[in-house]
Amino acid sequence: MDLLLDGFATALTPENLLFATIGVLLGTAVGVLPGIGPAMTLALLLPVTYSVGADSAIIMFAGIYYGGMYGGSTTSILLNTPGESSSVITAIEGNKMAKAGRASQALATAAIGSFVAGTIATVLLWVVTPFVADVVVTLGSPSYLALMLLALFAVTAVLGSSKLRGFIALFLGLAVGLVGTSTGQARLTFGNPLLADGIDIVVVAVALFAIGEALWVAAHLRHKPLEIIPVGQPWMNKEDWRRSWKPWLRGTAFGFPFGALPAGGAELPTFLSYATEKKLSRHPEEFGHGAIEGVAGPEAANNASAAGTLVPLLALGLPTTATAAIMLVALQGYGFQTGPTLMDDHPDLVWALLASLFVANTLLLIINLPMAPLWAKLLRIPRPYLYAGILFFASLGAYSVNFQAFDLALLLAIGALGFFMRRFGIPVLPLIIGVILGPKIEEQLTTALKISQGDVSTLWSEPVAVVVYAVMALLLVAMAVTGARKPSPSESPLLDAPGDSNDNKELVER
Amino acid sequence: MHPSRRMFRILALLTALVLAAAVSGCGVTRGSDDPDNRRLRMLIPNSVGGGYDLTGRAAAKALEDNDLTGRFEITNVQGASGTVAMQRLLNEKGADDVMMLMGLGVVGAVYTNKSDATPLKMTPIARLVEEQEGILVPADSPLETLDDLVKAWKDDPSGLTVGGGSTNGGPDHLFPMQLADTIGINPNDVNYISYDGGGPLTTALLGSKIDVGMSGLGEFEGQIKDGKLRVLAVSGEERLSGVDAPTLTEAGVDLVFTNWRGVLAPPGISDEQREYLVDRLTQMHDTDEWRAALDANGWTDNFATGKEFEDFLAEQDARVADTLKELGLA
Repeated sequence: MDLLLDGFATALTPENLLFATIGVLLGTAVGVLPGIGPAMTLALLLPVTYSVGADSAIIMFAGIYYGGMYGGSTTSILLNTPGESSSVITAIEGNKMAKAGRASQALATAAIGSFVAGTIATVLLWVVTPFVADVVVTLGSPSYLALMLLALFAVTAVLGSSKLRGFIALFLGLAVGLVGTSTGQARLTFGNPLLADGIDIVVVAVALFAIGEALWVAAHLRHKPLEIIPVGQPWMNKEDWRRSWKPWLRGTAFGFPFGALPAGGAELPTFLSYATEKKLSRHPEEFGHGAIEGVAGPEAANNASAAGTLVPLLALGLPTTATAAIMLVALQGYGFQTGPTLMDDHPDLVWALLASLFVANTLLLIINLPMAPLWAKLLRIPRPYLYAGILFFASLGAYSVNFQAFDLALLLAIGALGFFMRRFGIPVLPLIIGVILGPKIEEQLTTALKISQGDVSTLWSEPVAVVVYAVMALLLVAMAVTGARKPSPSESPLLDAPGDSNDNKELVER
Repeated sequence: MHPSRRMFRILALLTALVLAAAVSGCGVTRGSDDPDNRRLRMLIPNSVGGGYDLTGRAAAKALEDNDLTGRFEITNVQGASGTVAMQRLLNEKGADDVMMLMGLGVVGAVYTNKSDATPLKMTPIARLVEEQEGILVPADSPLETLDDLVKAWKDDPSGLTVGGGSTNGGPDHLFPMQLADTIGINPNDVNYISYDGGGPLTTALLGSKIDVGMSGLGEFEGQIKDGKLRVLAVSGEERLSGVDAPTLTEAGVDLVFTNWRGVLAPPGISDEQREYLVDRLTQMHDTDEWRAALDANGWTDNFATGKEFEDFLAEQDARVADTLKELGLA
């Protein structure tokens, strides 16, 4: 406890508070730009930070890390351009809310949810980091494969009204995910080295969401009257709070453990949170059209997972994300011996970091919450200008991932695909999930089978894997039973593309 | 802290903010004719924060801060483990203001991706640093010495799982293949499992998911000091300070293998331009700043230019080609 108080004392000196503020502002700024993530910002800042003290630099990095998460959700909600795979779900529901005039509420539930999740996760970090380190490394590829299959299963189970269209999209996504190099062999790259690393998920997401939609709106602009998106209330009302607090907590419960797993990732818990909220919601029909639970849960999940990734970093010196890897480089640059002994050797530094995470989170809430209604006004820009801005932003984001003109060509091609998917009512979310999960599932499967030299029984050789498969089997049985009892009436139009009849109506209403 | 210095630092941070936006960079002037103030460009063949990136940025910073050159414009050209960047360098034929950081992994990637932009087509400038590979096992592994490993590996070549932090053609992949070849195992029988860098490889080793890991030791120092991982041998000519393990040669295996990084320029540049770049890097090599960077990152100085680097590059290229052809990867 004394260590924690010392940590706060370090984090709250005026100078360090200044660095924390610079960090969160910088983080928010780069988070807002799709394509430029916190990892790149930290790397570019590394040489600069060597001129300030280790604690100040680490505190600023914590600010950038959390700030990037906040900034990412802002653009996802307002402009439908998710900057990383973990904010894809936020874009799905959040942007729908924004278009219905509830941008402030979406931004607020994301900000408060992130704060709640970040705070709880930071406390969990204080408590569990010393204990779980040795447990997380016992999970191997079979366990990760099972967890990823669970995520895939969960989202396909809530595919929406038309299972057929959902599966078309999912398989399209899996096909896109096949592009790249697998076990040393180029696959579907058509001899182009620019495709050898696969298609970047940011490019796919931004193209499908932002470009596809901009084309769709442009194609209908002439036939529909131009209407301004309603402004709505600036703050969350009682109902919003009531519908948000449980998803925040459940999202945190999903996010933190996945973040703490070395190969857990930040997107799996957002998928699981989304599927869970949809199942538990009393308004499942709103999902796909701007359900506040669909923003609150996944946003909490991705922030909790961001904190979770610090567990292996601090306890084992294991970086599990690009951002964590650069924080590790920074620590080493200051001459700290990272690894299992860091917590014993430099408790002051570790606790200052943990305290500053809390400080950064609080600063972000203070900065972001009053900004939400202001940001929301952005949507009052007349639509031709708004979409021109979105196109500019989307192109900039896709280009800045690799600084490669080829990515812009990909962006347009996939954007055109997004347009036709809207035209034929094929939902885009399953496609994105296929692109994200497909290559990961393949990687874990090949690693597991290579280690076992082709012995398939390795897939259920780890207890975690067995438990996860059992859960999946139970869910299947439960679904079969409920499905048999009531011949599933019109499943909610969840995740249906904006091109569906419903949405056409919505466009007219606007 | 002096207030004006603090002000300066804050300004520096704000400058970095502008850098972070990273949307500028077009239409810059090429600097003056003053050789000490020429603006140069540097291509980095992987992502920000990777090994090439850290080396390249450290070199650029030492050059800039010692007024050997003007400011650098650094571009990370990702894709196909460096093949894309090599293609870019080839396309810059004759350009007198650009250099590219590369190394062993890029040599291998050019072969596995069957690219035309091979290192031998470029203008060699200098080799900068090298890093030894280490052979790592978990603390509770039955393998105590290199002999144990050789014996176990020969008994069941594909039953022993070997992990590394690079994809096929990268240093952690080439090293076990050449090691296997040296001790009489067909490289095609090696069960190599590629992990996405040092972090996941460490996880797999700590969880005893694989039998042995091969990688540069920089990212494993903490685990080694803490006794969670054991080093059976290192791959360089001399022992690595601070690591209690023999070299391969000492342990009776006749192989020296190091991962190295160096600088190339595009093909078709003038001799004066080549001399200029060699001269700048030679001066950079003597700066305190560069020495500090070597220390901080655990890189071994391995500076070479001219004929020595040219021959080295040709020898490495041939050796990598042999290994990968035998595996059917080139």
